[in-house]
Amino acid sequence: MNLLNFLRRRGSAPVARERLQVLLAYERTNRGHSELLTILREEIVAVIARHITLEHDKVVVKMDRGDTVSTLEIDIEIPNKAEAQLVGA
Amino acid sequence: MSKTIVVTSGKGGVGKTTTTAALGAALAQSGQKVVLIDFDVGLRNLDLIMGAERRVVYDLINVVQGVAKLPQALIKDKRVETLWLLPASQTRDKDALTEDGVARVVRELGETFDWVICDSPAGIERGATLAMRYADAAVIVTNPEVSSVRDSDRIIGLLDSKTEKAEKGQRIEKHILITRFDAARAARGEMLSIEDVLEILSTPLLGIIPESQEVLRASNLGSPVTLSDPACGPARAYLDAARRLKGEQVPMATPGDKKRLIDRLFGRRAA
Repeated sequence: MNLLNFLRRRGSAPVARERLQVLLAYERTNRGHSELLTILREEIVAVIARHITLEHDKVVVKMDRGDTVSTLEIDIEIPNKAEAQLVGA
Repeated sequence: MSKTIVVTSGKGGVGKTTTTAALGAALAQSGQKVVLIDFDVGLRNLDLIMGAERRVVYDLINVVQGVAKLPQALIKDKRVETLWLLPASQTRDKDALTEDGVARVVRELGETFDWVICDSPAGIERGATLAMRYADAAVIVTNPEVSSVRDSDRIIGLLDSKTEKAEKGQRIEKHILITRFDAARAARGEMLSIEDVLEILSTPLLGIIPESQEVLRASNLGSPVTLSDPACGPARAYLDAARRLKGEQVPMATPGDKKRLIDRLFGRRAA
């Protein structure tokens, strides 16, 4: 048992290496990602605000990254009275 | 021509300040004119490592804000003729640093010094991004340990996007400096090897600084390790790294080669 533990302890560097490779592959693809979402959110809000009065914190932009495809989810809450607030109407 | 270097890492405690002092002193020992700038506003330590803590009158923020002129703030090293220090402020916070102010100071220093070496604070906040902002080259200090390697990867991303060179579409020169390396532990598979770190970060190696008691001794004495004991392992590694920074071809000595000889005698594969 002690020998088994000893052998297992020897191998911690390869574990470190593998964990880092997996983690950094993920972090590198997501780098700049949060910035993209901020930009998208601002521009979407700007376009919609041209037509409808809305509260900025009611706009949620989320990205779900999958292996082959990713989805962009945009959730905008518009109060029912907004129709009456159509800009320029 | 003057060269601006940032010594950075993301993670704290990996040896940025030790490295700034040792590399700066090594370059100055070879006759180059060197200035070290401490960017760790509020937590300055380069003055202490350089043994100049009682000689600080003005600091980087005073110069950035125009309260003091550069020659008033620069501290001349007492051991090496061509080595100077611009300390950080201990009382102000990092928001007192402005991009324009830093640009002005770095450029002005570049007119008189061969090397402007910026000691970055830990983290990826304003102090760290300003320290790297005007650099031509970066020395990324990395320990062979998972959190340090991860943070170095993050810093490499910032160097490639947030520096003035990167924004102009130019490439910033990047070098990995591995510190606190224990060759025996790496050979036993207990510590990430040099090859592991370089492969993961895919950045060229500037040097390998062995884990050594001499580094603590040097900081106790307030002297860069290349001055306190130029013959010891870490000092020789820093002196070699400084030559590589100057563009010289210096063979990479792996620390602990003597121990490896024993491994070889017993037929074990080293590294």
